[in-house]
Order: sequence, then C-alpha cells, then structure tokens
Amino acid sequence: MTRDEAFLQFLLRMGDNTLILGHRVSEWCGHSPVLEEDIALANTALDLIGQTQFWLGLAGEVQGDGKSADDIAFLRDVWDFRNLLLVEVPNGDFGRTLMRQFLFDAWHSIQLGHLMKSSDERVAAIAEKASKEVAYHLERSADTVVGLGDGTEESHRRMQESLDYLWPYVGEMFQSDEVDAEMVAAGIAPDPASLRDDYDALITRILADATLTIPDSRFGHKGGRTGKMHTEHLGHLLTQMQWLQRAYPGSNW
Amino acid sequence: MYAQMVKSEAAQDDPEKLAAFQARIDAGEKIEPKDWMPAAYRKTLIRQIGQHAHSEIVGQLPEGNWITRAPTLERKAILLAKVQDEAGHGLYLYCAAETLGVSRDELTEMLLDGRMKYSSIFNYPTLNWSDIGAVGWLVDGAAIINQVPLQRTSFGPYSRAMIRVCKEESFHARQGFDAIRKMAEGTPEQKKMAQDSVNRLWFPALMMFGPSDKESVHSEQSMAWKIKMNTNDELRQKFVDQTVPQIEFLGLDLPDPGIKWNEERGHYDYTDPDWSEFFDVIKGNGPCNTDRLAARNKAWDDGAWVRDGLMAHAKKKAAASVAAE
Amino acid sequence: MKNEWPLWEVFIRGQHGMSHRHVGSLHAPDAEMAIKNARDVYTRRNEGLSIWVVEANHIAASSPSDKGPLYEPSESKVYRHPTFFDIPDEVGAM
Repeated sequence: MTRDEAFLQFLLRMGDNTLILGHRVSEWCGHSPVLEEDIALANTALDLIGQTQFWLGLAGEVQGDGKSADDIAFLRDVWDFRNLLLVEVPNGDFGRTLMRQFLFDAWHSIQLGHLMKSSDERVAAIAEKASKEVAYHLERSADTVVGLGDGTEESHRRMQESLDYLWPYVGEMFQSDEVDAEMVAAGIAPDPASLRDDYDALITRILADATLTIPDSRFGHKGGRTGKMHTEHLGHLLTQMQWLQRAYPGSNW
Repeated sequence: MYAQMVKSEAAQDDPEKLAAFQARIDAGEKIEPKDWMPAAYRKTLIRQIGQHAHSEIVGQLPEGNWITRAPTLERKAILLAKVQDEAGHGLYLYCAAETLGVSRDELTEMLLDGRMKYSSIFNYPTLNWSDIGAVGWLVDGAAIINQVPLQRTSFGPYSRAMIRVCKEESFHARQGFDAIRKMAEGTPEQKKMAQDSVNRLWFPALMMFGPSDKESVHSEQSMAWKIKMNTNDELRQKFVDQTVPQIEFLGLDLPDPGIKWNEERGHYDYTDPDWSEFFDVIKGNGPCNTDRLAARNKAWDDGAWVRDGLMAHAKKKAAASVAAE
Repeated sequence: MKNEWPLWEVFIRGQHGMSHRHVGSLHAPDAEMAIKNARDVYTRRNEGLSIWVVEANHIAASSPSDKGPLYEPSESKVYRHPTFFDIPDEVGAM
C-alpha cells in the first residue's frame, strides 16, 4: 500500500464517519422530543455535513481523478464506505441517538486533538476547524447522557439499554491496521489504539455521572472502517441518500 | 360561530377601557403583555399566534421529507438549515403566545388533539425534489407576503417575533428559487419535475391567504386591532403579481390558463382556487392531514420520557446544590 | 403530571461592544441547558459573543399602569439633553 493509498483510506474513514452520522442525525429534524433539541440536533448534523465536505473534498484531491466530495458521497456502494459501524446503525430512540453521539463525540474530539498536530497541513486545518464544533457536540451530548441517565427511572433504563446495545460498536474505533501504521509513520494521524486510555477515562467519568454501567465485555464488532463487512443498515441508508444522483445521473442540482 | 363568541365577550369589557385601548392602537402604540387588553383580543391573538407557530412546526414535515434524499451535500445542508429555521420560528412564536398566559405545552396539546389548526398548505405532499424548491419559493414567498405586514402588528411580542422571522425568511424564498431554477434549467426530466411542482402547488399556495374577504369571519375586528394588516384578497393579488413574472423567468408554463395581465386594473387576473377543496383540507380531508398529525403526535409521545428525564435531573441537581449550601 | 420545562429569557451581546440585548425566550430544564439552547437557537447566524439567561419568573418588571409616574417626570427635565444649550459656533466642538 502506497502512502497516498493509505492517506486516501484515512480520509474516507474521517469523511464517511461524518457523512453517515450527519445523515443519521438529520433524520431527527422535525421529530425531536422538544423544539430546542430539534434545533440543536440540526446544528450538529450541519457541522458534520460541513466536515464531510472538507474530508471528502480532500479525499478527491488525493485520489487525483477529479472527483468531488459529492461524487464520493453519492456514487459509491456499500463496500467502498469506510465509516465505523457505530454511526450507521439506526437511530433507535432519542436516548440511543444521543448515547451514540456521545460515544462518537468522545472519540472524535480526542482524534481531532491529535490531527490538529498532523504533519499534513490540510488535515491539521480541517481538524482545527472541526475540533471547535466537536468540543460543543461533546459538551452537549455528555450533558444529555448525564441528564437522561440520572433522570427518571424510565430514562435511566432506556439509557442503560442504549449503552448496552451500542457498546459492542465502540471497540472498532481503536482497531489499528496497515493504513493506520502508514499514517503514524507519516506523522499524519495517531495510532487508533493509542487513543483508548484517554477515551476510557473520559467516558468512564461521564457515564459514572450518568449512573450508568459500562458493560464488562470488550468484544467489538468490526468491518466498517475497513469496508470488509458493514451492517445491513448502510445499504438502506444509501438507497435514500443516493437516490436522486443514481436515478438521474449527470444532472446539476 | 367564533365571530359571535368574540362579539359577546367584547360586550363584557368596560366600554371606556375598550375605547382607550382602541385609541392606543390607533395611535400606533404597541400593546405589551401586562397591559390591559380586551378578552377577545387576547383570545384572538392566542389563536392566531398559536396557529402560526403550529404551521411552522408542521411545516417542518413536508420539507423534512427530503432531507435524507437531498441530491448534494450542499443542498442537504441548505435544506436542513432551512427546516431548522422553521423550528426556530415556531419557537419564537410559541414564546410570543406564552406572554398571553398560555403555555407551549398547552398549545401543543391543542394542536395534537385537533382543537387548533395549522396552515392547510402543509397538508399537501412533497413528491419530487423540485417541490423543495417550490415550497421555499412559492410557499415561503406567500408566507412572507403574509408576514411582512405583521411586523407592524399591535401586540409587541408578536411584532418582535415577526421581525426576527422575516429577517430569516428571505433566505428561505431565495434558496427555494435557486433550487427550482437549477431544475427548470436542467435536464428534460428535471424540468418536468419543476413544472409538476408549480402545477401542483400553485393553487394551494393561493389558498394560503385564506378565503376571499367576503367570506372571512375574523377580518373586520382583527383589522381594527391591527392583528391583521391587509385583506386576504389584497395579499393574494400581491403574490400573484410578484410570482407570475418569476414563473416566466424560469421558462415554465403558467399553472393557470386564467392568468392574464389586466391593463385596466394594473394587476394579473387569475382563477380563484377551488374553495371547496380548501374547506375539505381544513376539515381534515387533505392528502396528508392524518399523516402530519400522526407524526407530530408520535414525536410528542415518544419524547415525553426525554422531557421528563431531563427535568427530573435538573430538579435533583438543584436540590443537591441547595443541600450543599 | 405537568412537567413543562421552565421559560428562560435570553440576552445576547453581539459583535460591536454593545450591551446584552433581549433577543427572545426558550424552554430548558436548567440554566446550563438554557445557555446551550440559547446558543443553538439564537446564535445560528453568528449573532452573539456572550449569552445571559434568566428564568422568566425571576424577572421583576415595571407595571404598565405606572407609566405616568415612572416616565413622565423626566420629560420636563429638558436641560439634561445637550441640545438644550446654545453654544456659539466660534467656540467649536463641545
């Protein structure tokens, strides 16, 4: 694997995460429990879509065949996607959506903190901008997880169920492969495995405030960030997201 | 019937106070929440502002219908920001209504069980991507014409909310026009979608101004109170005059063969919408009434544990900080 | 059970060194969430640099019926305004 090939994979991993999670969060628009949350979730989704444009735009540049961020987002099939399984699973209830957001934000904020020091200036610049947005996402999702975890009996139960459901998708964030090794060697990005301690410290603190119990198991599903085996859900998501581009190819929108 | 109710309530108010109140309005003063106001003024405002707020919230649904199918990342972001604005507008308006002594939850419940209405336009479906352009351009365009004069309405909080809404609303109309223009100037299939949208949404957009003034029950008193600033027909004509040249600019066929420039009047003539359809939709028989209310009810019911959970946590936190002092 | 989130009034200081200005209201379970909600609801278009929130029922307000006694007395104190005084042109800016 050449460095550029690895770099491209890395950029797709970053951009597909924000693309797919942004899409999932946007599904809430108009359906949230209260107006203030509806508006806040839309802001999160907008940030993620904006970050996608940067990451996939840069991926297109690195690929060098003239593809735009839109081409990459709308014209690839499931096996080409490099997002974590965590972000593609369905929203579930509001609690599961916010729990997933928190589990992702915690990783995202740590990851971006490292990427701000990337040897690649373009990566560092995107990370710099995104990190401010994500710091707020994390503050908000953490507060909500704490509020709902330590709220009523029902909200506590639902949040614990969400955590139990999502926990097996957390491990994938820290699985390193040859792409990561190449990125570490180039000083572009950190080794995913090296983020785990900071991550555990952060989520342990918040989940304790939320009076929630982290499941014992360290088992982690995998196959998203390598593209080897996505969930069945991603294909359905793409049939919606890509519908117009696929049905009416070559149109300007 | 409602008009009668308003009348009988007005009769109970002290005539001297009523006259002084009317004099304030005539002098262009703003009425603020703590000021004395006739019971019917309060009631009419709650109804009007509440319906307006509900329209914004239900209005999220037809456009939200396309957020996950938006064809580019930029269109997705624009549409999401736009639908988010609708939620914001609903929020501003609910807050304005709350100053009159009704809570947002009470208003919401009245929407959900059908005691309060919302604009009938949102009971029409969005069937192709071009509808997103058409809704922004035609529906928000019509809404702006309705709303701009309301910035000068007599009730302070309503007027201030409308100033904020109008400031944000012109983004909506422009993004809509921009989106449908891309379609009208695009491939034959895209142009077909654009034409379909205009044909389908034209008459419902005209209905947004309400029935002809001859049939509108609330008009006269509301105009005197400056809750309503222009007649329905005036505003509708303004919309037609403004929009017909825009349809022509897009190179689309006019959706109504009756549209013709009338030199003598200095306005476009147009065919009146089918008011029996309008009243059907109001009664709950529009294409999407059932689905729209079901979606709002589901969001509200499914969200109850979230609202209660966060409130319970806040109370625990407050109690703990009191105990610590 | 009625469990509605309380109403908060939102004040925002914008870009140009002006005072905090009342921009509207919102609902939130507590002050922290009210600030976050205010950020999401009222600064979507880059309007703010600082946010205050006050629970609406903690605001004490003057009564409209006091308008006369409260504000009319100042109407007659015209000498408080700089334009009350004639300063000859040759004196220059003052």
